[in-house]
Amino acid sequence: MSLARYGHCLRGVVSRELLRFVHQRSRFVAALVRPLVWLFVFAAGFRMALGVAMTEPYQTYVLYEVYIVPGLVGMIQLFNGMQSSLSMVYDREMGSMRVLLVSPFPRGFLLACKLLAGTLVSIVQVYVFLAIAYLYGVQAPLAGYVLVLPALVVTGVMVGALGMLLSSFVRQLENFAGIMNFVIFPMFFLSSALYPLWRIREGSHLVYQIAALNPFTYAVEMIRFAMYERFHAAAISVSLMTAVVLLGLAILAYNPARGMMARKGGGGD
Amino acid sequence: MTQARPSIGVPDGGEQIELPGNEPALSVRDLGFSYAGQPVLESLSFDLRAGEFAVLLGPNGAGKTTLFSLITRLYAYRQGRIWVGGHDLSRHSVLAHARMGVVFQQPTLDLDLTVRQNLAYHAALHGMAPAEARRRAALQIDRVEMQGSLRQRVRHLSGGQRRRVEIARGLLHEPQLLLLDEPTVGLDIASRRALVDHVHRLCRDQGVAVLWATHLIDEVHHGDRVIVLHRGRIRADGSVAEVVSRAGGDSIGEAFDRLTQEAPR
Repeated sequence: MSLARYGHCLRGVVSRELLRFVHQRSRFVAALVRPLVWLFVFAAGFRMALGVAMTEPYQTYVLYEVYIVPGLVGMIQLFNGMQSSLSMVYDREMGSMRVLLVSPFPRGFLLACKLLAGTLVSIVQVYVFLAIAYLYGVQAPLAGYVLVLPALVVTGVMVGALGMLLSSFVRQLENFAGIMNFVIFPMFFLSSALYPLWRIREGSHLVYQIAALNPFTYAVEMIRFAMYERFHAAAISVSLMTAVVLLGLAILAYNPARGMMARKGGGGD
Repeated sequence: MTQARPSIGVPDGGEQIELPGNEPALSVRDLGFSYAGQPVLESLSFDLRAGEFAVLLGPNGAGKTTLFSLITRLYAYRQGRIWVGGHDLSRHSVLAHARMGVVFQQPTLDLDLTVRQNLAYHAALHGMAPAEARRRAALQIDRVEMQGSLRQRVRHLSGGQRRRVEIARGLLHEPQLLLLDEPTVGLDIASRRALVDHVHRLCRDQGVAVLWATHLIDEVHHGDRVIVLHRGRIRADGSVAEVVSRAGGDSIGEAFDRLTQEAPR
């Protein structure tokens, strides 16, 4: 199988995800409304109460809206990753997952294509959100909007792989909502997305310790630093390693030798 | 079983395809599969040659879908071996998968996409360049007599039309073997008959080996090969006349009833 054929496969999977995204306009709107409500309502309301003292990577005191934007970018990607995994459960229930899995390409490659496609969709959403935030007045250095792109790819793969892994354990579509509540909300709220870690520590040492161990904290910090043209080695390393480990586990979970499909009970006769 | 096969160039596409050699399109040997400690399939062995139309006939729960899931590698097997076009599925799954087309029991087309987009997605999953995909999509859509439907959304097609599109999709990469798992589920009688006749024509005209799983006797044509599967075992394998004469009865329906009524595990 030549490299060009692998390229055609990747292009096909990405095109399909983008086409599906275009056809599901309500999904796009919902993905944007959520962070915008946080930005326009929550952050504006808490501006006075939660002004952020000088903290890296910012070079001066910043308004809470400015602080919260990288966390909301992470939120978009986190929700999109879970949305993609929800669609994988749906695809599996509807049978279209089988079409992907009987392709001659290695299964790991196919799942990686699916993951990259989902990541690309989330990046489109992120840039639309950042454009609205820019018009609202939350403006990062222009170069930051380019430098953040690799961080968005890593975060997208990380949360997408987590969703893919979770989807392999979910037997029915109906059960997915529960998993989302147990994963998305703790991951988001127990991170530095809404408050800096030092402020969390002032409130609760236990919550601080959990947030400091949460890989999503590192993803958010990676995005925050990249947006302000800074390099956060620890955040990048942890995010990258988490993405690789989760992707490996997801591929393992979809390995027929491990019997993912058999665990689901197959179906038919 | 050998790995190398003779090949020729396709004049209009310029791509290399393999000639059907001496190897069967599908070979299954001593295949067994258990789920939760219960045997689902036991020691299945059969061959399927190019241009052969075999009906895998079995009641619900016989193990037909499990067999298809093993051949398509959705499930892993530990007992027995499978070759597709001479390629060992467990060792050369890429080559084996490239030679099989599948129509699943559940419809698997993306309803929100057009016929062309669905076919393009499948073509990409087989590594085809866009131009080649468009050429083959037009060809296969012609063959399933769905001309003019390429721009239509699948959601707007009838059940029978969707099945035809799925067959066109299964043949898009020009496989040697076409697997159809109860493809007439949900279709009315006229659509069912048309679909069965259509796949017979494809099998005859294109030399594709077809394994058609069903529990419906009226989908068996007189010239078909019939493999009767019941409780995970092959109870009979041969032409309609051979199966009827071996099992007794006046028709394939009676023979099927006899073969599936009391066979112990």
